[in-house]
Amino acid sequence: MLTSDNAFSTALALILSMDSALIDIVMLSLKVSLMAVMIASLIALPLGAALALWRFPGRNVVIVALNALMGLPPVVAGLCVYLLLSRAGPLGEWGLLFTPTAMMIAQVILVLPIIAALTRQQVEALHGEYAEQLNSLGLTRLRMIPTLLWDARFGLLTVILAGFGRASAEVGAVMIVGGNIDGVTRVMTTSIVLETSKGNLSMALGLGIILLTLVTMINAIAHMIGETAKRRLG
Amino acid sequence: MNAHHTPPVATLELDRVDFIHRGHTLLKPTSLRLAGCQRTLIMGPNGAGKSLLMRLAHGLLTPTTGSVRWQGAQPAQAMVFQRPVLLRRSALDNLTYVLAIKKASRPELKAIPRKAQAMSALEKFGLAHLAKRPARVLSGGEQQRLALARAWLLNPQVLFLDEPTSALDPAAIKAVEDAVLEFHRSGTRIVMTTHDLHQARRLANDVLFMHNGELLEHSPANDFFTAPSSREAAAFIRGELVW
Amino acid sequence: MNKTTALITAGALGLTWSGTLLAADDYITLASTTSTENSGLFDAIIPAFTEETGIDVRVVAVGTGQAFEIGRRGDADSLLVHDTAGEEQLVADGYATERLNVMYNDFVIVGPSDDPAGISDSENVIDAMQRIAESESPFASRGDDSGTNRAELRLWEDAGVTPQGEWYRELGSGMGPTLNTAAGMDAYTFTDRATWVAFDNPQDLTLLFEGDKALFNQYGSLLLSAERHPHLKHDLAAQWHEWLVSEQGQKAIADFEVDGQQLFFPNAE
Repeated sequence: MLTSDNAFSTALALILSMDSALIDIVMLSLKVSLMAVMIASLIALPLGAALALWRFPGRNVVIVALNALMGLPPVVAGLCVYLLLSRAGPLGEWGLLFTPTAMMIAQVILVLPIIAALTRQQVEALHGEYAEQLNSLGLTRLRMIPTLLWDARFGLLTVILAGFGRASAEVGAVMIVGGNIDGVTRVMTTSIVLETSKGNLSMALGLGIILLTLVTMINAIAHMIGETAKRRLG
Repeated sequence: MNAHHTPPVATLELDRVDFIHRGHTLLKPTSLRLAGCQRTLIMGPNGAGKSLLMRLAHGLLTPTTGSVRWQGAQPAQAMVFQRPVLLRRSALDNLTYVLAIKKASRPELKAIPRKAQAMSALEKFGLAHLAKRPARVLSGGEQQRLALARAWLLNPQVLFLDEPTSALDPAAIKAVEDAVLEFHRSGTRIVMTTHDLHQARRLANDVLFMHNGELLEHSPANDFFTAPSSREAAAFIRGELVW
Repeated sequence: MNKTTALITAGALGLTWSGTLLAADDYITLASTTSTENSGLFDAIIPAFTEETGIDVRVVAVGTGQAFEIGRRGDADSLLVHDTAGEEQLVADGYATERLNVMYNDFVIVGPSDDPAGISDSENVIDAMQRIAESESPFASRGDDSGTNRAELRLWEDAGVTPQGEWYRELGSGMGPTLNTAAGMDAYTFTDRATWVAFDNPQDLTLLFEGDKALFNQYGSLLLSAERHPHLKHDLAAQWHEWLVSEQGQKAIADFEVDGQQLFFPNAE
C-alpha cells in the first residue's frame, strides 16, 4: 500500500543511492528546462519590452493573444511541435523528433508567452515611472529597452522563475516530442508518469518529491540573490 | 557674471500654444518668448499649468495646436523633476550612464575618462562619498543633488526644473538653490517652476505668472514683485489663497 | 558587454550539446507498446542485442494505434506491436515491407476479488464477458485504440454485446493508468498478462479469468519501407528485426521473467 511515509523514504533512498540513471534524468530535466527558459528569455524579454513601448494597430490583439497563450495546454504545444518535426512534417529533414532538442523547442513555446506577457506588464509599469526622465535625456525607444529591462531585473527574475516553473513541471509536451526514451529523453516528469502507469506509486511520488525539492532549491537561490540585490540597490 | 563670456542662449518661442486633454483645456492659447540667459521662475497656484507649460517647452509634450520653436539650433537641454528618477544602480553609474547615452561632456572635462568626469560631478555636488551607494537608497536631498549632477554633466544651455525642492528640508533646499545659481553662473538658462514665493524672490530675475491654465504675466522679477499687473498675481504675492 | 557574451556562449554550448546527441548514429528508434515497456522486457533483451551488434535501441512506448501512426509518418525505424490485423494492413498499404511473428503472451481479465459477475468459473472468455455485461458490473476499458483495446472490442463483438451504459467506462488511457483506475473503482478490466504481473498497485484487484485460446496476444515486428521513408535507418532496423526472430533473440525473450514467471513466449517461425 502507498503511504506518504514510504514515498518519502523512497525519495530519500533514491537521493542517497546517487543512482546514476536518476542523476542522468535529473540533469537532463535541468538542462532541457534551463536551456528552454534561457532561449525563451532571450526572445521574450526584448519582445515584451518592445510591446510595452510601441503603440501600433493590432497591439491589443497581440497582448490578448500572448496572455491567452500563457494557458496553452502543453499537450497542444507538444502536438504542434510533433507535427512540425515529424519526418512527414515541414522540418522533418532535421531529424529532431524524439531528441532533447525537440523537448527544448516545445518548452520554449510554452514558456515564451509567459515571459513576454509578464515582461510587458513589468516594463510598462516601470516605463510609466521613467518615461519623462528618459525622454528628457533624448533616448529612443529602442535604446530604452535595455535600460528598462535592467532596472526591472528583480521583477523579471520572478517572471523568469515562473517560466522555469512551467517548463520543469510540464509533462504533456515532452512526452509527445521526446518519447520518454530511457537514457535519452526521459526526464523527471515523464519518469513520474511511467512509474505511475506501472502502479509504482511510491516511486512516482518519490521522484515527485525530488523534482519539487530541486525546483524549490532553484527558486530559493534566485529569491535570495534577488532579495539581497534589492536590499542593496533599493 | 560669466554668462557674458559664453555663447548666447537660443531663444524659445511659443506661438499660440494650447493643450487640450480629453476635452479639457489645460492650457489656453499662449504666446511667449524666452530670450537671454535668464533665471525664469514660473509661478502660480497648484493646477495653474506651470508644469504643463514647462513640459511643452522642453518637448516632453506636444501642443494640441500652436508651435514651440527655438530660434537657431536647438540647444542642449536637461530637466530636473520634482521626484528625481534615478536608475537602479550606484550614484556613480547613474552619471556614467548618461555620459554613455548622450556622448556629451562639459568642455572643461572633455579630456578625462567618463568615470573621472562622473566623479568630478559628484564632488561638485558634495556626493563623492556616496559614489558607490545605490542611487535609490539616498535621501531625498541627496537624490535631487544627484539629479542635478547628472544634468550638470550634460552641459545644458537650458535647464528646466519642475518644483525641485517641494519635498525637501531647508538644508537640502539651500543646496538645490545654490546649484541653480551655479548653473546660471556657468551660462545655463534656468526655467523653473515653484509655488514658493520666497524661493522665487531669491532666484528669479524673470517671472511667468500662471493661473487657471492661462499665462497672465511675463515680467522682470522686480516689476512683478513690486507692481504685479493682474489681480490674481497681486493676491498671490500677498499670500492670499488664489484659485 | 560581459552579460551578452556570457549568454551567447551559453547558447552556443547548448547547441553543441544538443548537436552531440544528434551526432551518435548507431541507434534505431523503436516504436512499441506500453505493455512491453512497462513489463521491463526491453531492459532485459536490448543489452544483449547491443552487445552483439553495437546498435542501441531507443524505445518510444505508446499505444499500438499511435505506434502505427508513427510508422506511417516515418518517425521510427522499426515497430514492435500487437495487433496482427493492423500490422498486415500497414504492409498492405506499403508502409512496411515485412511483418514477422516474434512472440506472444496472453490477455487476462482482472477484477475485484469478490467477483460480483462471477466470471472466475466461466467456460470461456465470451461467457465471462457476457456475465459482466449482464450483471452490469463496472468495467474499465482502455478506450485508446491500442492493441489491447482492439482485442477487447473484438471480444465484445464476438460475445454479441454492444458495450455501453453506466457500467462500461472508456478511460482513454494506457494500460497502467487503466489498472490504477480499475483498482480505484473496483472495476473489471482487460489487460495483457505482462503489464498485470509487473503492476505494483493492484489493491483489491485479482486475476479472475485466463487461459482461453481467444486471449492469445501475438506480437509482431514490422520492417518499414525503405521506398516510402528513405531517411530511416533500414540497415540497422533490419538487423534488429532479424535478431528478434533469431535463436539468440528468441532465447533472450524466453529468459525474461518477473517474479519467476515467464511473460513472453517466443514463437518466430
